[in-house]
Amino acid sequence: MNHDSYPDSYIRGILNTVKSIAMVGFSPNTSRPSYFVFKYFLERGTRVIPVNPGHAGKEILGQKVYGKLADIPEPIDMVDIFRASEFVPGVVAEALALRPLPQVIWLQLEIRNDAAAAIAEAAGIKVVMNRCPKIEYGRLSSEISWMGINSRTLSSKRGQILPGGVQRMGLGNAGDKKSD
Amino acid sequence: MADAERTPGFNTLAVHAGAKPDPTTGARATPIYQTTSFVFDDVEHAASLFGLQAFGNIYTRIGNPTCAVLEERVAALEGGTAGLAVASGHAAQLIVMQTLLMPGDEFIASKKLYGGSINQFNNAFKSFGWNVVWADPDDIGTFERAVTDKTKAIFVESIANPGGVITDIEAVATVARKAGVPLIVDNTLATPYLCKPIDFGADIVVHSLTKFLGGHGNSIGGMIVDAGTFNWSRDKKYPMLCEPRAEYSGIVLHETFGNFSFAIACRVLGLRDLGPALSPFNAFLIATGIETLPLRMQRHSDNALAVAQWLAGHPQVAWVSYPGLPGDKYHALAQKYVPKGCGAVMTVGLKGGYDAGVKLVSNVKLFSHLANIGDTKSLIIHPASTTHKQLTDAQKTQAGAGPDVVRLSIGIEDKDDIIADLELGLK
Ligand SMILES: Cc1ncc(COP(=O)(O)O)c(C=O)c1O
Repeated sequence: MNHDSYPDSYIRGILNTVKSIAMVGFSPNTSRPSYFVFKYFLERGTRVIPVNPGHAGKEILGQKVYGKLADIPEPIDMVDIFRASEFVPGVVAEALALRPLPQVIWLQLEIRNDAAAAIAEAAGIKVVMNRCPKIEYGRLSSEISWMGINSRTLSSKRGQILPGGVQRMGLGNAGDKKSD
Repeated sequence: MADAERTPGFNTLAVHAGAKPDPTTGARATPIYQTTSFVFDDVEHAASLFGLQAFGNIYTRIGNPTCAVLEERVAALEGGTAGLAVASGHAAQLIVMQTLLMPGDEFIASKKLYGGSINQFNNAFKSFGWNVVWADPDDIGTFERAVTDKTKAIFVESIANPGGVITDIEAVATVARKAGVPLIVDNTLATPYLCKPIDFGADIVVHSLTKFLGGHGNSIGGMIVDAGTFNWSRDKKYPMLCEPRAEYSGIVLHETFGNFSFAIACRVLGLRDLGPALSPFNAFLIATGIETLPLRMQRHSDNALAVAQWLAGHPQVAWVSYPGLPGDKYHALAQKYVPKGCGAVMTVGLKGGYDAGVKLVSNVKLFSHLANIGDTKSLIIHPASTTHKQLTDAQKTQAGAGPDVVRLSIGIEDKDDIIADLELGLK
């Protein structure tokens, strides 16, 4: 995978299939980006599991915080990393020790480690680096366009409104079969 | 074609960018969301929106889905990460500077600018303690020497109004990069069809949408485009972007919104607090206008070149300032920055001086005598007897508005009719 630019179909495929996310380096501080992403996916019905050894055992928005990936007692689809690039190899090693393996390892904006990405990809895991899944979800669903942001997408198809409100958009379009 | 991995061309973006069918009704044209406010899904959703944790609509002073179509369209055409539509070109300049400068700070501006911008910088902005330092676009050294540790931005026009000056954007961008400040380019006269300043190093592009983007002379509007290129946190010089904001529970906008944080800051701080929001109806008219931007700009430019050539050979004309003419001072820069054409605006010097200017604007029948540019219609003004009337002759000449000067904005009518009207006026 070329990690300088990702096809929309690659990102869309990941965001459409992932049902559970473990967030490593999660901060319970409500003004930090990790909290924004946590809350956003939680509101979308995704299972989101915060991971932070300093807050292990606490509950945030009803979700239990774990100290490390190995402590999570259920399978996870995606590991989302909010740690500086030099800590990524350690987190990837922990992710590779999980059974079943996660399908995706995602590194947030400004975070990139090509060597660690290659190791994860060799194990069959999809990798995204230097992106934010909330921004990508907003971009591909067109929600982000409400903020005047260039979504870099064009479509002559109607977007999908998610159940439970008019200001939440999904990744399918209205013509798609409902998958939820 | 969301999943087709090809990059759409400029004409396609002009028609489609930002405007998918309405998700609720399927309306294909962009609906005019003529509403002040939007209901929340629930209390939790409202809290998320106010905390900037979710994307969505709250109140039209801060954002509106019709305005958002326009924002995304212009951002896409300029190659930027995000746009913010505001009530006028001047409002765009106000919000950009308010986001970047604190009282006592300085910015460097080209002295070849639209006269209204010169006024805004010399008067209103000085009263806020934002001090303009003027530089000469014909001498890049004047920008370099104007940099101090108080400098927060550099401002130029791509094609300057009205003199037909083409700014060497790349050279000014080099000065800005060395100084560690963003380069702001007013791209009103060129539009992204003729010139994309971000390709030459601009960090922020502003527009008076009133002119060629709207294109039909029916709506005042402005736009701020974030190129996504500037690192707002590096030197800690821009507190609106790199420091925690108490009113948003301590979030740091650059950290949270990355390469579109400048546009977000302009929206959630500048537009929210200063208030010059664009009406959704104007946004609709302007976004519709943009669908034909490539066709109009090419016709404007082709017509203007023909008119400039004709005027240059007219016995009563002393000089024509239009970069499309081979002998023009800015012709070489035009080849680099506006290769498809030089736009609609030119100034013309009449041998008969002040009286000849008055006579020309009085005698024409197709040209409209008014203070605007960038309409489908051909426009004419004699600055010495109108916009610059209060100045002394010396000041008029310095401003490029001497008694002999007439400014033309060439429309998209048949060029033979435009030339025939000028011929009649010059008789
Ligand atoms: C180059 C340029 N910038 C800015 C403006 C100001 O725009 P507005 O009149 O929309 O405030 C104008 C208007 O003439 C202009 O020509």
